[in-house]
Amino acid sequence: MKSPASLMRAPLRRNNPVTVQVLGICSALAVTTSLTTALTMCAALSVVLCAASTIISALRHHIPNSTRLIIQITIIASLVIVVDLLLKAYVYDISVRLSVFVSLIVTNCLVLGRAEAFAMKQPVGRSLLDAMGNSAGYSLVLIIVASIRELGGSGSLMGYAILPLASEGGWFEPLSFLLKAPSAFFIIGLLVWLGHRRDDADSVELPDHDSHLVITQAQEGRQRP
Amino acid sequence: MTELFVTAIVADNLALAFFLGMCTFLAVSRRVATAVGLGICMIVVLGLTLPLNQLVYTHFLRPGALAGWGLPELDLSFLTLVCAIGLIAAVVQVLEMLLYRYVPELFDALGVFLPLITVNCAILGGSLFMVERQYTLAESAVYGIGSGIGWALAVIMLAAIRERLEFSRIPEGLRGLGISFIVTGLLSLGFASLAGAG
Repeated sequence: MKSPASLMRAPLRRNNPVTVQVLGICSALAVTTSLTTALTMCAALSVVLCAASTIISALRHHIPNSTRLIIQITIIASLVIVVDLLLKAYVYDISVRLSVFVSLIVTNCLVLGRAEAFAMKQPVGRSLLDAMGNSAGYSLVLIIVASIRELGGSGSLMGYAILPLASEGGWFEPLSFLLKAPSAFFIIGLLVWLGHRRDDADSVELPDHDSHLVITQAQEGRQRP
Repeated sequence: MTELFVTAIVADNLALAFFLGMCTFLAVSRRVATAVGLGICMIVVLGLTLPLNQLVYTHFLRPGALAGWGLPELDLSFLTLVCAIGLIAAVVQVLEMLLYRYVPELFDALGVFLPLITVNCAILGGSLFMVERQYTLAESAVYGIGSGIGWALAVIMLAAIRERLEFSRIPEGLRGLGISFIVTGLLSLGFASLAGAG
């Protein structure tokens, strides 16, 4: 049984949801062209993940095994709609830039993966800690990637100019490649390398996918149609 | 239409330009045979769910869609997300039953992938893009099939490359996940350079 502190700490690096467990990558790559959108996305995902884990963990004795995926998805989808409407109401500009990616938290394997792998089996407190740890791990990667891409791609952070652009009389020639899709893959690939540790080389080998495996097994376990 | 189709396959590739379905993309691209199976599933499911979601959206959820029922003020568009995912889950389930009943060989080959597809963000993303860009019924069918083909193409290419990579000497820390990301990045560069080819 892991201690509460390690529940929070492990997902930051050793068991990072994005670079080690390969969960929730879609959004991690898509919203990182600027730090503002990345931070908003982190906040949205953290709220959904923590609330979903708490609710699912609290209901875990009442959720029948055969219909648990549907129930989990419905809970997550309701939370996502609330978050999406809140973003639209208070930070409309950012929510337009995030496009469909907030809605896609519904199918984010990080949320479903933690619900399925942890919250369904553990008490509420521990599930919340686990969700917070994983949100932090996810946010850490997003913030690193977004900082690199925004600083290198447009010389600013959160919209504030940091490096004086050549077009405005400064010296910095922005690398517009960093704003294009392929750069995100390279940066995450290099982060995976950076986060690699010799002693757990086996775990860096692409895992046979936690959440997907769990989901497949869950589906296979049920009666064939 | 042709332009929409070609753009959906190459420049707007769901996997390589919008990063959708990445988890599945990286997890099942180890063998070409499995990648082909999953790719076919994606084409079929995207081609079916997009037009269906388009119908549901225009006739029930769009603001003012229920005017004919005496409810002109009603705006149900906040339900798009729940309806879209529910419909996708239902279509996948029905497809699974039909395959099992009529083509059991295909069910055995593809059966494992169908459940994965319900929670694949490329499918839901396709439907949400359709709503955001306000495609007509025909356009959403073309877009669905096109983006399915694009996703399948990308996953099969990555699987083919990764099969070869097993024989190359890769720095230890990059093996597995790291190099897959880099290769995907290169693929993405190649696809992006075809932008405007429609």
